[in-house]
Amino acid sequence: MIRNDVAITPELVKEHGLKPDEYERFVNLIGREPTLTELGIVSAMWNEHCSYKSSRIHLRGLPTKAPWVIQGPGENAGVIDIGDGLACIFKMESHNHPSFIEPYQGAATGVGGILRDVFTMGARPIASLNFLRFGEPNHPKTPHLLSGVVAGIGGYGNSFGVPTVGGSVGFDKRYNGNILVNAMAVGLARTDEIFYAKATGVGNPIVYLGSKTGRDGIHGATMASAEFDDASEEKRPTVQVGDPFAEKLLLEACLELMKSGAVIAIQDMGAAGLTSSAVEMGAKGNLGIELDLDKVPCREEGMTAYEMMLSESQERMLMVLKPGMEKEAQAIFHKWGLDFAVIGKTTDTLRFVIKHQGEVKADLPIKELGDEAPLYDRHWVESPKQPVITLDSVTPPMSEAEALLKLVGSPDQCSKRWVWEQYDHLILGNTVQTPGGDAAIVRVEDGPKGLALTTDVTPRYCEADPFEGGKQAVAEAWRNITAVGGLPLAITDNLNFASPERPESMGQFVGCLKGIGEACRALDFPVVSGNVSLYNETNGQGILPTPAIGGVGLLDDVTVNASIAFKAEGEAVILIGATAGWLGQSIYLRDVCGREEGAPPPVDLLAEKRNGDFVRQLIRSGQVKTVHDCSDGGVALSLAEMAMAGGIGAKITAVPEGLALHAFLFGEDQGRYIIAVAEDLAADILYEAGALGIPAVTLGVTGGDSLILPGKQAISVKQLKAAHESWLPDYMAGKA
Amino acid sequence: MKSAVIVFPGSNREGDVLRALKQAGSQVEKVWHAETELPKGTDLVVLPGGFSYGDYLRCGAIAGRATVMDAVRAHAARGGLVLGICNGFQILCESGLLPGILMRNANLKFICHRQFLRVERNDTAFTRAYAKGQAIDVCVAHGEGNYTADEDTLKRLEGEGRVAFRYCDAQGHVTPDANRNGSMNSIAGIYSEKLNVLGMMPHPENLIEDLVGGTDGRGLFESLVSSFPRAA
Repeated sequence: MIRNDVAITPELVKEHGLKPDEYERFVNLIGREPTLTELGIVSAMWNEHCSYKSSRIHLRGLPTKAPWVIQGPGENAGVIDIGDGLACIFKMESHNHPSFIEPYQGAATGVGGILRDVFTMGARPIASLNFLRFGEPNHPKTPHLLSGVVAGIGGYGNSFGVPTVGGSVGFDKRYNGNILVNAMAVGLARTDEIFYAKATGVGNPIVYLGSKTGRDGIHGATMASAEFDDASEEKRPTVQVGDPFAEKLLLEACLELMKSGAVIAIQDMGAAGLTSSAVEMGAKGNLGIELDLDKVPCREEGMTAYEMMLSESQERMLMVLKPGMEKEAQAIFHKWGLDFAVIGKTTDTLRFVIKHQGEVKADLPIKELGDEAPLYDRHWVESPKQPVITLDSVTPPMSEAEALLKLVGSPDQCSKRWVWEQYDHLILGNTVQTPGGDAAIVRVEDGPKGLALTTDVTPRYCEADPFEGGKQAVAEAWRNITAVGGLPLAITDNLNFASPERPESMGQFVGCLKGIGEACRALDFPVVSGNVSLYNETNGQGILPTPAIGGVGLLDDVTVNASIAFKAEGEAVILIGATAGWLGQSIYLRDVCGREEGAPPPVDLLAEKRNGDFVRQLIRSGQVKTVHDCSDGGVALSLAEMAMAGGIGAKITAVPEGLALHAFLFGEDQGRYIIAVAEDLAADILYEAGALGIPAVTLGVTGGDSLILPGKQAISVKQLKAAHESWLPDYMAGKA
Repeated sequence: MKSAVIVFPGSNREGDVLRALKQAGSQVEKVWHAETELPKGTDLVVLPGGFSYGDYLRCGAIAGRATVMDAVRAHAARGGLVLGICNGFQILCESGLLPGILMRNANLKFICHRQFLRVERNDTAFTRAYAKGQAIDVCVAHGEGNYTADEDTLKRLEGEGRVAFRYCDAQGHVTPDANRNGSMNSIAGIYSEKLNVLGMMPHPENLIEDLVGGTDGRGLFESLVSSFPRAA
C-alpha cells in the first residue's frame, strides 16, 4: 500500500528541481500522485546531470565506434582494446558545483567518483588526470579555490595510490563564479574480465558494499543541475565527504570478488546514489528491483527512505551476485573491513519497489524512470561569427623577446609545478613522462606497451567559434598524444557549458559538439565515454564553453617515445606544418596586446592528420626524440618550453618571407610541431616531408644557454625559467 | 634472500617495492597485517609506503600497533633486517623500533618530486653498493616527512653514525634548499642502534629503471641481496 504522508505541493516539486510540466509527465506516467520518496527518486533520475535531457539528442551525433572500441558511452566508463588481451578503461567527469562550494571535498570526491567508475568495470586504475579552470587570479576567491582543489585531488589520489600524471590549469574571469574540476581516471583490465551494470536473472541477490550510508550529498545531482546565485554556499551540506582509504579497500575487495566469479552485475553509487545505481542495473537488464531499506547499513540513526534513496555518501557499490555465493563474497568484504549486506533482489515485474519499516515507500515502473525522462530539443542560436584579425591591424607593443618573457611567466602559460608536485605522479613506478610535457606516458604493466594521456580544450576558441573550437579541442588532444609517439585511440569528453535554457549557450553546446564529432571522425578518434555539466553560471553569467577532451593513445613500444626537452647541442630545429601567422584569439593578442577578439585559427583536419602521422612515424622509427606541438603562444612559446625543459638554448634564424616576426613567432596556426634532430638527419626529413606535401622548414639550431630569436633578441634559458617557475608559487604566497 | 613485504589496509607502494626486490634477486612474499608470524626463513621485512589505515590518526600510529608488528619487533630484536619506506618509516617510529617522529612538511603540503640523497655511510647491509658521500637521485612523495626528534636523540643519532641519508643537492651538498620538508639536520633516513633497521622517507623503489627516471635506487636493494649468500 502506497501511502503519502506528505502533500506534494508545487513548491515541493520546485524544490526538487522539476518543472511543472515534468511533474505532470511523471504523474501521468504512474497514474497517481507520487509519495515523497517517489518524488525524490524521480527528481534524481530526471535532473540534467542524470538524464542528459538537454544534451541527449546532440550527443547522438558523436562517433562512438571503431574496431578497437569494446564499450562506448552508456556504461560506467569507456573500454578500448589495446592488444595482448588487455583493455584500457577510462572516463572523465566533472565535479564543478561541489568544488566551488567546498573545494577540498568537492575535488576529492570528484577523483573518488571517477576512480570508482573505472574499477566498477573490473579495471585497476593506473593513472589519473584532471582539467581545472579557475576565475581570474585577482579574484579574492581564486587562491583559496585553487589551493583547496589541488589539495583535494592530491589528498584523494595520493592516498588511494594512483599516480596523477597530467592535467591542465587555467584562469579566466568567466570562471569567477563557476570553477571547473574535471577528473579523469584510466584503468587496465583483461578484455575477458570486464564487468557491466546490466543485471540478469530473476531472484538474484542485490548486495550493498562499501561504506555506510549517511545524510551527506542528498540532492547533489540536483544541485549540479542548477545555476548558482549568491546563496549557493548555503548548499555546503549537499557536498559529500571523501574517504580515500575506504575507496582503496573497496577497490581491493571488488577486484578480489570479481576474480571469485560471484559478480553478475556491478554499479557504483555515484550521483543520486542508491536510486540511480539500482534503476540502471534493473533497466539495463529488463528486470525489476526490490529493495528492503531496513537492511541498508546506515551511519546515522533514523534515516528515512527518502534520505537513503538520495544520499550521495561516497565509496559505495551495488552488485547483483550469483545466488549461493553470498557467503564467499561476504568473507572477502569482511576481510577488508567493509560493509556487506543483501538488501534486495531482482524481480520479473519491471517495477522499482522500495520497502522500509514494513511499508512500501515507492513502487515505480523501472524502465520508464530512465527511458521516459524528459527529452528537450532546446532552442539554440548560432554564435555570431567573429571577424578574422588582419595582421596589419596588430602592432607589437613590445619586442618579441619581451613578449615571450611576459608569456612564459603569465598565469596561463607559467609552470604548474606548484600544482603537480602536490600529486604523487610517480607511484606504481610506470610513469615514463611526468607532468609538464605534451602528454603523459605510463607503461602498461611491465611493458612493452605504454599509454599516452592528455586533457585539452581551448575555451576562448570555443566561445569565438564553437564549431572550430570543438574541432580544435579534439585535434589538440590528438596532437599531444602524437607528439610523444602515441597512436591516438579514443577520447572521453567532459562538456562544461552554461545554462541550456539560454539559446546562446545552447548554441555553443550544439556548435562545439558538431566540431568535436567532425574532428573525431576525421582523426579516427571516437568518443567512448563522457559527462555533461550544464548550468555552469552564476547570476546569469556563464562560463566559457569548455568541452574538455581526455585523450588516450597507445605506444607499442613505450621505450620509443619523444619528449619536449632539447637533448643535445647542434641539432636542427624544424617546424612541421603550415604557418600563416594566425593571431585572432591568440594568447599574444590577449596577454600582450590586451585584445580578446577575432576568429580562432581554423583546423584543417586533413593537414592535421597528415602532419601528425608524419611526426609519429619519425618518432616510431627512432629518428626523432624531441617533439613539441605548437598551441597557445605559438612557435615562440614552444621553443621556450623546449629550451627550459632541456636546459639548452637555440638560435632561431629563419623567418618566412612576407610574414611579420610577431605573427610568425606567436601565431597559433594549428597542426604544427617543432622537432629537433641531429643535423645529418635534417635534410632527409625535410625531403621526406616535401615529398608528402607537408610544409617543413628549418628554424635554427640548438645550443648555448640562450634562446636567440631573429633580430639577435636573446633571452637566457635561466631568465626564462625564473619567470616560468616563479609566477604560481609567488601568487600562492600572496606575492604576485 | 627472502623478503616479507607487510601489507596494511591502505598500503599502496607494496607493488613498487616488490618489483625492486625481485629485480635485485630476492624472493618476496606479501604478508597481511593480521598475521601473527612472518614466513619461515624471512631475512628482510619491508614496511612499504602508503596510507596505512588511512593515516587519519597520526601517520603510522595504528599500523605501529598492528598484530603483525609483534613479529616484526621480534625479528628486529634477533638482529633481522627491517626496511621501512615512507609510511613504513612512520610506522617504525610509531612502533618504537626507531626514535623520533615525522611531522607535517614545512610547507604543510604533500610534495612529490625527484630528490638527491647523500649516503652517509656505506658499511651497512643497506648501502654497501653505494659510495660514502655519494649523491643518489631518487624521489619523495609525502605529506609528513619532516623528521623531528629531541636534542638528545639527535645527538645520539649523529654521534653513533645512525643517520643513513640526508637531503642534498646534485653535488652532494646538504643545503637548506635541498631539505624541502624541513627535517632536522636534513635527515632523510635513520638506522637503529644495531644498524639492522632502516627507516627512510624517500622512495628508492621508484628509481630502478632508466625508462622511469633512473637507476640510483637499485643500489639499496642490491646491497640487501648481496648481504645474503645465495641459496643453494
